[in-house]
Amino acid sequence: MSYISKDPSNPSGSPMTTPERHQGDHADGVPEIRLRTAAIGAHADAPTGTLKVQAKKINVFYGAKQALFDVDVDIPGKAVTAFIGPSGCGKSTFLRCINRMNDTIPGAKVTGEVLLDGEDVNDRQIDPVTLRARVGMVFQKPNPFPKSIFENVAYGPRIHGLAAGKADLEEIVEASLKRASLWEEVKDRLNQPGTGLSGGQQQRLVIARAIAVAPEVILMDEPCSALDPIATARIEELIDELRQQFCIVIVTHSMAQAARVSQRTSFFHLGKLVESGSTEEMFTNPKDSRTQDYITGRFG
Amino acid sequence: MLILMVLLALAALSAGAYAMGRRKARQATAGAAGRPHSLPGYHGAYVALWTGLPAAILLFAFVAFGGRIEYALISADPPPASAGITAERMATYYGDVQSVANGQSTSAVVYEGAAKTAFDAAVAHARSTDTLARLLAAAAALVLAIGGFLLAFPKLSKDFRARNRVEGLTSAVLIVCSVVAVMTTLGIVMSLLYESLRFFQAVSPLSFLFGTDWDPQIAMRTDQVMTHGAFGAIPLFAGTFLIMIIAMAVAAPVGLYSAIYLAEYAGRTTRAVVKPALEILAGVPTVVYGFFAALTVGPLFRSGFNALGAQLVGGPLNDLGLYLGQVQNQMALVAGAVMGIMLIPFVSSLSDDIINAVPQALRDGSYAMGATKSETIKRVILPAALPGVVAALLLAMSRAIGETMIVTLAAGLQAKLTANPLDTVTTVTVQIVTLLTGDTEFDNPKTLAAFGLGLTLFAITLVLNIIALRIVQKYREQYD
Repeated sequence: MSYISKDPSNPSGSPMTTPERHQGDHADGVPEIRLRTAAIGAHADAPTGTLKVQAKKINVFYGAKQALFDVDVDIPGKAVTAFIGPSGCGKSTFLRCINRMNDTIPGAKVTGEVLLDGEDVNDRQIDPVTLRARVGMVFQKPNPFPKSIFENVAYGPRIHGLAAGKADLEEIVEASLKRASLWEEVKDRLNQPGTGLSGGQQQRLVIARAIAVAPEVILMDEPCSALDPIATARIEELIDELRQQFCIVIVTHSMAQAARVSQRTSFFHLGKLVESGSTEEMFTNPKDSRTQDYITGRFG
Repeated sequence: MLILMVLLALAALSAGAYAMGRRKARQATAGAAGRPHSLPGYHGAYVALWTGLPAAILLFAFVAFGGRIEYALISADPPPASAGITAERMATYYGDVQSVANGQSTSAVVYEGAAKTAFDAAVAHARSTDTLARLLAAAAALVLAIGGFLLAFPKLSKDFRARNRVEGLTSAVLIVCSVVAVMTTLGIVMSLLYESLRFFQAVSPLSFLFGTDWDPQIAMRTDQVMTHGAFGAIPLFAGTFLIMIIAMAVAAPVGLYSAIYLAEYAGRTTRAVVKPALEILAGVPTVVYGFFAALTVGPLFRSGFNALGAQLVGGPLNDLGLYLGQVQNQMALVAGAVMGIMLIPFVSSLSDDIINAVPQALRDGSYAMGATKSETIKRVILPAALPGVVAALLLAMSRAIGETMIVTLAAGLQAKLTANPLDTVTTVTVQIVTLLTGDTEFDNPKTLAAFGLGLTLFAITLVLNIIALRIVQKYREQYD
């Protein structure tokens, strides 16, 4: 409750989004989408040349149940790729293949290849610990550790031994919090528990925690679904900034969000990848009728 | 037998009343417009409760207190002086009369001559009184049942709020049950307080709490000079805490580590085997641990230390060797170690629940940062679970302090102020047991000391439990 009143009054955070941008949030998505995709049109095709992640024939089984069927996706570097689709379509499952988080689920089995810079992440040589340092993840519900704000951000650098000393660590924490546009709000209370922040601030704290280890890819699993529209707008803005430096993959239920933040979009349905393409094309001229039906709200 | 039959009759009457009440409610609502206030079942239950409950309460009261009333009746009629029953013997005499009359026992004392005639007459009198009382009680119960029915049944109508009445009665029953528990606790505390006060009139609280000399036997002979000063409880509490510390040194790490293994590492099949096995360990009666300690672990430790001592004698550690050569079966270490084993399932089961309650999101977050399993456990899960684990350890401590059987069998009786785990010590609970076993009279400080000890022990465990519960509450708030 409290953060609704806190965030707008925040004096020093990054500039708030323009009113036009909010209007398209829920009501009429289409004109809004046109606006955004037109603005990013130049980016839309450019990054596809440098592929960061390539998935080939991914099948995932949870026990006897198959969750993904022969999924092939190409994810470009330094851009935002959105996965959309109805609940249970396998988009989060696929996301968890990229940093091998499915390993932590008992009974989960993954077949196929996920190439990160041409290296198969499922290769026996690859240690999931180092993989996850390269591929960070942000979850649906903000999950700060029950530690201070500082310790939350310092967690990754500490376990991976990234900081040479205390000063170095403080520098990393400050830089990460600034990148996550949270620094101004928390710089005076770094020793207070991270769980005491508002929902939107917690999610930015978790993003700061993820970027503190300087990952190459950041996976975001519905990062705004637990947040109110204002906090969502701030996260989206942040995602837009972060794509200058990171390869970002975002799973979202909101097609408007996918249209706003992403350059490429993949549509999943019933465990299969239906269609992938530039966001502009997917939302204006989808090739598959199922994509058409989904983005126009006929199902899902 | 008669009472049982009346109870059965009451059950039948209630069932009949239920059926009649329900039928009346159905008939009342059948023709009328609008919905009745309560379902027919509630009307039936209302009548049934009025029929059965007051009568049943009367019968239970008769079973509980009838004996006393009968005793008063028969003892109002004293035996003739010729029977030769003295005033002091009177209570025993009437007790005999009543138990013979009830057929519970034949007289323990053989009465002869005039006494036998009087006794037999008294028995016959008691029998007739008893029969009469039972008949009266049964009749009263039946009258109450019928009266209740007649009172309740005419009230039923379409708009009668039977549901509210029945629910009100149900909540009254629930309140009575919880009041019973609270009142019992209160009664125990009051009796502890009362008897302790009597003790503290004889022995000053200061010399009890801070005295270092415990020898309650001296006070038995009141003619002796040293009647006080022998109730210093410090050695007992020192022994209690020494054993508790040894027990926690065993139970805390083993219990905690097994909880971490169970919660984080064990597969589903291992968990399915190990968890029930630990719960079986928790179900072993403490007296079994007690003789395990006294007959197996004690001799084992002693022979081990004796053998070690024999090796050391003559060497540079000659004195230590001599000491180890003469340690006894009953040492603090044995009682503490076995008590620790007893507490392992307690600590591990509680900690396991607490660790499992740490949200999966935190684990995912840590793994996604590239943390290994052990880093996640050490840096995220244990800090998150720490308050709960501390509370579990405090609860285990209060159990260790209150534990009686193991220490009675394995610790010893000598009150020594020592921190040496190889020495024999005694605990508060052991002393309470020795003070109160056998023939005791509650008029001297020796037996009353048990209440003083009990009260102090109660206060300590109460404080520990309150702290533990507060910590657990605080912890719960964090994640709910």
